[in-house]
Amino acid sequence: MVHETLAATHAVVTLDVGLPGIVWPWLVTINMWAKSIGTGVIFMLFYLLKNYPSESGNLRFPTTVVAIVFIHIFLLFTLADLHQPLRMWHIFFYPHWTSAITVGAWMATIFVGLLFALAFFSAEYGKILKKNDAAFDKLLFWTVLLAIPVTLYTAALMSQATARELWQMPTETAQMMLAALLAGSATMILLGKNLSYEAKSSLGVILGLSALAAFIIYQSELVFGPMKAEEVGAVLEYIKGNGEYATMFWIGQFVAYLLPILLITLSRVGRSESILQLAAILALVGLWIVKHVWLIIPQLLPMS
Amino acid sequence: MQLGFLVDLHLCMGCKGCEIACKVENEVPLSTWRLRVKYVDVGVFPETKRTFTPLRCNHCENAPCERICPVSALHYLDNGIVNIDKERCIGCAGCVMACPYGAIYIDPETQTADKCTYCAHRVASSMMPACVVACPVEANIFGDLDDPISNISKYIQSNSDVQVRKPEKGTNPHHYYVGGGNVQLNPLASERVEGYSLFNKLTTKMPVGGHH
Repeated sequence: MVHETLAATHAVVTLDVGLPGIVWPWLVTINMWAKSIGTGVIFMLFYLLKNYPSESGNLRFPTTVVAIVFIHIFLLFTLADLHQPLRMWHIFFYPHWTSAITVGAWMATIFVGLLFALAFFSAEYGKILKKNDAAFDKLLFWTVLLAIPVTLYTAALMSQATARELWQMPTETAQMMLAALLAGSATMILLGKNLSYEAKSSLGVILGLSALAAFIIYQSELVFGPMKAEEVGAVLEYIKGNGEYATMFWIGQFVAYLLPILLITLSRVGRSESILQLAAILALVGLWIVKHVWLIIPQLLPMS
Repeated sequence: MQLGFLVDLHLCMGCKGCEIACKVENEVPLSTWRLRVKYVDVGVFPETKRTFTPLRCNHCENAPCERICPVSALHYLDNGIVNIDKERCIGCAGCVMACPYGAIYIDPETQTADKCTYCAHRVASSMMPACVVACPVEANIFGDLDDPISNISKYIQSNSDVQVRKPEKGTNPHHYYVGGGNVQLNPLASERVEGYSLFNKLTTKMPVGGHH
C-alpha cells in the first residue's frame, strides 16, 4: 500500500526537522526481559509445587530470590529509562489511573512486597528465621494471581501507545504471557538441578509449547499484519527482505524459538538434560533479541 | 469553550514565521520544535509543486498522551487545551510513544516532555498564540469551536474540504486543515530522503555562542 502511494504521488519530504529516533531504547528491552523472568519463575514454582511437591520443595527460597533479583533489574532499568528518575515518586503521589504505567508501578510494588514475604517464609537462618512452607504456599497462590497482571500490564502500556499500531492488543497480551512462561520454564530448568528428569522434561514441554505459540503469533503478524493497517505494513518492512532489522529478527526467532523447540525434541529422544539446558539458555538469550526488535521497529516510522 | 486551530493550506507559503515566533515565545531549545513547517515536493519534473504543512500538537479531544501520562503532567484545561506541567513530568516518554502525530519531544534542557500548548499562557491573557500573530497571510485560524460565530467555526462551516490528521486513530483532534492532500497529512505518503532534514545533526544542547 505504501509503495503504491509513493509511486503514485512521487512525493518527497524536502525540508523537515530530524526524526526523534529511538525514544524507548534497549533499557526498555531489559525491562521487559527481566520482568518475564521475574514473574515467570513464580508461575513455574507454583506449577512444580503442585505437580512435583517432594522434589521441588527446596526450590522455594532460591526461586523467590531469583524472582526478587530479576524484578529489581526490571525496576532498576525502568528507573534508568526515565529522563527524570528522581521524580519517580510522583507516580505514587500524583497517580493517574488511566495510565498503564501507573497501574503497573503500583502492582509491581505490591508484587515486590509479596516476594519479600515469600522470602521471609522460605528462609532458614538460626533462630531468627524459620521456614513456614504452609504459609509460603498460601501466599504463593496470591502472588501467582498478582503475577498475571504484572506480566500483562506492559502489553496494556504498549497498546496505549496509540501511535505504534504494531503493538495493539490482544496480540501483545498473549506474547507477554508466553514470554513469561518461556523465560520462567527456561530459568527453572537451569535453577532446578536436583529436579528429576520428568520434572525438567515437563518444564521443557512448557518451554517448547510457549516458543511454538509465540513463533506462530510473530509469523502471523509478519504475514497478516499488513492487511490490518497501512502503518503496520510499513513497520514490518523493517524486518522483511533487506530491512534494517530483518537479520536480527530472524536470529531472534531461531535462537528464542526454533532452536529450543528442536533441542527440546532431541533431549526427549535421548533423555539428555544438558541439551535441555542448552535450549533454556538459547531461549533466554533469544527472548531478549526478539523483544528488542519488536520494541524498536515501530519507533523507526515517521509519525508526522 | 473548546479552543481549536485550523490551517488553510491554500494560504500557507512556507515562510516559517510561525515556527520562529513559537520558538521565541516559548523558548524552545535548539534541535527541538513545538511547531514546524514540513515541505513536501510532489510530482515529476516539470510537473511539480511544493506543499507546506505546519505541524503542531492537535490538542485531541481523546488524547492518547493524556491517557498514558502516569502523573497527569499532561492534562486538559477547561478550554480544551492539552497542557503540560513540566515540574510534574517524570520523563518516561510514554506520551512521545503515544502521540500519533509526533508532536511531543523530550526537552533536552529540562529532560521533560514538551509540546505546543496553543500558547496557553497567552490565551489566558486574552492574546492569540504567537504563531497566529506571526502568520503574514492569516493561514492560522484560532478560536472557539463551541462558538458558531467564531472565525474558526465559520471557516469549518464554509469549507467542504476540512480534514484532520489520522482520523482513524479516534483521537478527535481539535486541529483542522483546509486544502490538505494525502501527501501533506499522511506521513507514509511521501518519501524521506537522507539529507533533507533541518538541523538533524545537532548533538549539543548549548545555545549558539555558548552560555550568556
